[in-house]
Order: sequence, then C-alpha cells, then structure tokens
Amino acid sequence: MGITEQRVSYTLDSTLQTVDSAEEKATRIATELGFSEDEVMQISMAVREAAVNAVLHGNAYAADKKVTLSFERTPENLVITICDQGAGMDLGRIPNPLAPENLLKTSGRGIFLMRSFMDVVEIRPSHTGTELKMIKHVHGPSAGDKEASQ
Amino acid sequence: MSMKISTRQVDGVTIVDCSGRITLGEGSVTLRDTVREILAKGQKKILLNLADVNYIDSSGIGELVSAFTTTKNQNGELKLLKLTKKVNDLLQITKLYTVFDVKDDETAAVKSFK
Repeated sequence: MGITEQRVSYTLDSTLQTVDSAEEKATRIATELGFSEDEVMQISMAVREAAVNAVLHGNAYAADKKVTLSFERTPENLVITICDQGAGMDLGRIPNPLAPENLLKTSGRGIFLMRSFMDVVEIRPSHTGTELKMIKHVHGPSAGDKEASQ
Repeated sequence: MSMKISTRQVDGVTIVDCSGRITLGEGSVTLRDTVREILAKGQKKILLNLADVNYIDSSGIGELVSAFTTTKNQNGELKLLKLTKKVNDLLQITKLYTVFDVKDDETAAVKSFK
C-alpha cells in the first residue's frame, strides 16, 4: 500500500506461507505509515497471530477456502481486518492464558497477544466465517505528517 | 530467517544454541525435535540459549512451554539463557517469566543445575 492510498486488501490461500506473507505485509505497511519500531513489531505479530487463527483454526488449511486481509488507514487509525471461511469460534470457550491452571498450556495465547498489542480487537461471525478486526491508533505526528508531505 | 540450532556439552549440561525465529512450522518443529533427541539420549539438563532468537510467536511460546514440561516430566531441568528484549517482553506479558528459570550468564547457568 502506498502512503497515499487509504485501503488495500489481499485474498490469500489457507497455507502456512499466508501466515508469513500476512506478517510481511503488516510490517511493510506499518513501517510505511510511520509507526515506531516497537509498534511495527506489535502490529506485525498481531497480524501473524490473526492469520494463524484464520488459516489453522478457521479454514483448517482447506484448499478451497480463502483468507482475506485488508489494511485501511484513517486519520486516526490503522484498521486491519482478517476474514476466514471457517465454522467460527466460540469466544466463551477460549480460556484465559494467564490463569494459573492455563500457564503451562501449549496453545491459546494468540488472541491474548493480539489484544495486548492492538488498541481494539473485535471478533464476530460474518456471512462466510469469522471476521477479526484490529485497530492501532496513530500516535504522534509521524504518520499523518508523512502522508501530508508526500 | 529460519530457525537454526546447534548443541554442545558443558559440564554435563546440554546447551542448545538457537538462532532465528521460533514460529509456527519449521522453527517450532526444529526445537521440538532437538529437545526430544536430547532427552532420548538420557541428557536431562538442558539450557536453551536464546540470545540470537529475534522473533517468537504464540506457537513458539507454546513450544518453549512444551519443551519445559516434557523435560520436567522426565525428571529433567530446562532453563532459558540470554533472552532478547522481544522474547523477554513476551514472557513477561504471558506471565511465563515466572515459570521459566531464566539466566543471563552461561557459566552461572551451567553451575545452577543440580
């Protein structure tokens, strides 16, 4: 996505390569938008975790199911949406990974990490599967100034 | 950069030097296989040197937990050495820093095994 563009979206296969590709796109776009190094790491990791959820838990690697990934820049936010075509998830059944009885579990930290790194995380069923929307607020003048000065 | 692992022995401790990324797929599998091979040889004192691990995702975190519990279940000890800031921060926010025995100095870490 160029700095002056507002929205870009991708349709991706349900593969491990998509996870890496989604992370790389997030890193590039967040960097272009002027987020700090720490914020870029947080955004790219959140997108990676979301992509893992979509590919593995949503679409279960099904070749006929796709993952759509979009990045939208508004004056205040970077809005990232990831949709899968899976059966959906029951958020009530996701255990708290910080609870003492769950600390030694080997999975179940993905959504927790997304919520730790992004300002807003919304998960809801869509007409085709699950839609996960994440928002990172634009702090400081860097991203906006960059855009205006191009 | 994919995950690279090498092992060495120091005073009865198996030091696993990891570099690159511990993420879903190859990185996690490489770590899992390495720890299993070490335990299969009867070596129960394992020190994971993460000084050159620049990235880890939730799957990688899960693999560290799995390595820790697998070793413990076989009456062994697994400790972590030299965390990068990113990995340290992740273990802090996931509260796993309280679970792992994390060391900064290799010599002291080796001596700390029973």
